[in-house]
Amino acid sequence: MTAGTSRTARRADVDPRPARAVPYDLVREVLVVCGVVLVLVLALSAVFSSPDDPPTTIRSFAQQSPLVFLHTALGDLDGSGEIASYGPPYNQGDHAVQYLGPVSLQKLAGVTIPINTAQDFVLGPLQPLATVEPPVAAALDRFNAASPAQRKAWEAAYGTALDAAVSSGATSLQAPAAAGPVGPMLAGLLEEAQVGSLDGLLLTSSRFYATDYTKPLLFLQGAAMHNRASALNFLGTQWGMMNETGSYPGQAWLWLYTFWYQVPAIATSPNGDAIVWAIMAVLTLLLVLVPWLPGINRLPGRLGVYRWIWRDWYREHPVGPPGGTFGPAGPPGGGPRAGP
Amino acid sequence: MSTNLTARLRARLVAALPPEQLLPDSQPEYVRSYVYVFGAMTLASFILLIASGVVLALFGPGWWHASPVGHFFNSIHFWSVQAFFFFMVLHLWAQFFMAAWRGGRRITWLTGAVTFVVSIGAAFTGYLSQQNFDSQWIAVQGKDAMNAIGIGAYFNLLNFGQMYTFHVFLLPVAVAGLTTLHLLQVRRRGVVPPIPPRELGR
Repeated sequence: MTAGTSRTARRADVDPRPARAVPYDLVREVLVVCGVVLVLVLALSAVFSSPDDPPTTIRSFAQQSPLVFLHTALGDLDGSGEIASYGPPYNQGDHAVQYLGPVSLQKLAGVTIPINTAQDFVLGPLQPLATVEPPVAAALDRFNAASPAQRKAWEAAYGTALDAAVSSGATSLQAPAAAGPVGPMLAGLLEEAQVGSLDGLLLTSSRFYATDYTKPLLFLQGAAMHNRASALNFLGTQWGMMNETGSYPGQAWLWLYTFWYQVPAIATSPNGDAIVWAIMAVLTLLLVLVPWLPGINRLPGRLGVYRWIWRDWYREHPVGPPGGTFGPAGPPGGGPRAGP
Repeated sequence: MSTNLTARLRARLVAALPPEQLLPDSQPEYVRSYVYVFGAMTLASFILLIASGVVLALFGPGWWHASPVGHFFNSIHFWSVQAFFFFMVLHLWAQFFMAAWRGGRRITWLTGAVTFVVSIGAAFTGYLSQQNFDSQWIAVQGKDAMNAIGIGAYFNLLNFGQMYTFHVFLLPVAVAGLTTLHLLQVRRRGVVPPIPPRELGR
């Protein structure tokens, strides 16, 4: 399109009648609007405050649900836990790997935050305790020296006893002899967790300052948080991502993103997250490119809301029978009238 | 033409956006609709967001959990973001119904829509930076979505330090920059005129 035809096109899609210039104080408008919004926000803040539910800690988890804690720790140790076989970016597993058609962007991005759950969540954090508790040190030595098959046998025996304890409604576990060193090891980890040490051990790694909560959050991300989140209507199937604790508005602007998780076919798909992202990427692109999309860019004219927005203009500048460039019906009015 | 680059740049800028157009004291009569105010209310909410965010940043991320004054400023920040999105969505819908991209204003729409998308990211990292249960849950839930498309490998929702710096610096700067571009486009192209009745438009 040449510059000339472009200008013609521009002229054709705006009302060509000259408009009278009226006095307008931009700065005053901004100041007044700022004042109105300030008063509104101050009032909302004073009346409703803001939510701040305390975070879940490994300590509170271990104290309130010791058997669930032991189940989580066993899953991290024997590799049956969700994170142990999650896949990128944590490890080479495939439990949570998602695909879009034949392509997995998740796998292409690779392992950038390496997590070995047995080492990072159990064996490593037990080292400080082992220096002051000889039984734990002996158990660790025995476990580390054992064959993989032997370790599996101990872990399986511990898991069986743990399941039985949970089924019977017990609140503690007496590990069987068949569980070998796994019993004293996980009892030691529970002890560390219940006094609050494990929160710090998973956070600090080798540095003094820490701002990365990846490990403690990955440890807690399963059963520890799920029950609390469910009670707060936070689950994905409960429009969770846009909810806030208490009776506060959350991220309502995520409604469309969250909506897709309410569609059963997507919610139950192993590639659900990737599908939702793909849908949202397309919709976002459409939003940004609305002016260039034939049909959609003329939709406002058909909807006719503009006639209400500019009702004063159309009333004061009647042009005859209804009809608009952007739609079948134009503003009501009589004959043409010259612009001012 | 002058060979002085500074003079040439100034001349181009002034030609593109003369002072009386940048800060107008008159507007076409059709601007009387209150719908035009939604953009200004979005801007006002953003100014309040930045102001309350600066106060929270001055005292650090843990301040508002322990101080009643800090909690009040967090409340201002919280309700500002609600107001910001409320008015921005009204503004967006209004501009859609007005087909505000007409008359050479496509870039104005584009910068506004991109600002909306980046603002969602800014708000999201804010929710992740709250250091409470809401942050924890959003982080562990959101990580699966981020990981599923490879973003999580580099944008780790569980890394508070990374999310905090995105929230207090990188994304606000991006939103402020995009908003400035958007406003300059609005001033340069002017407010969108009414849709022409068919008899006059063709």
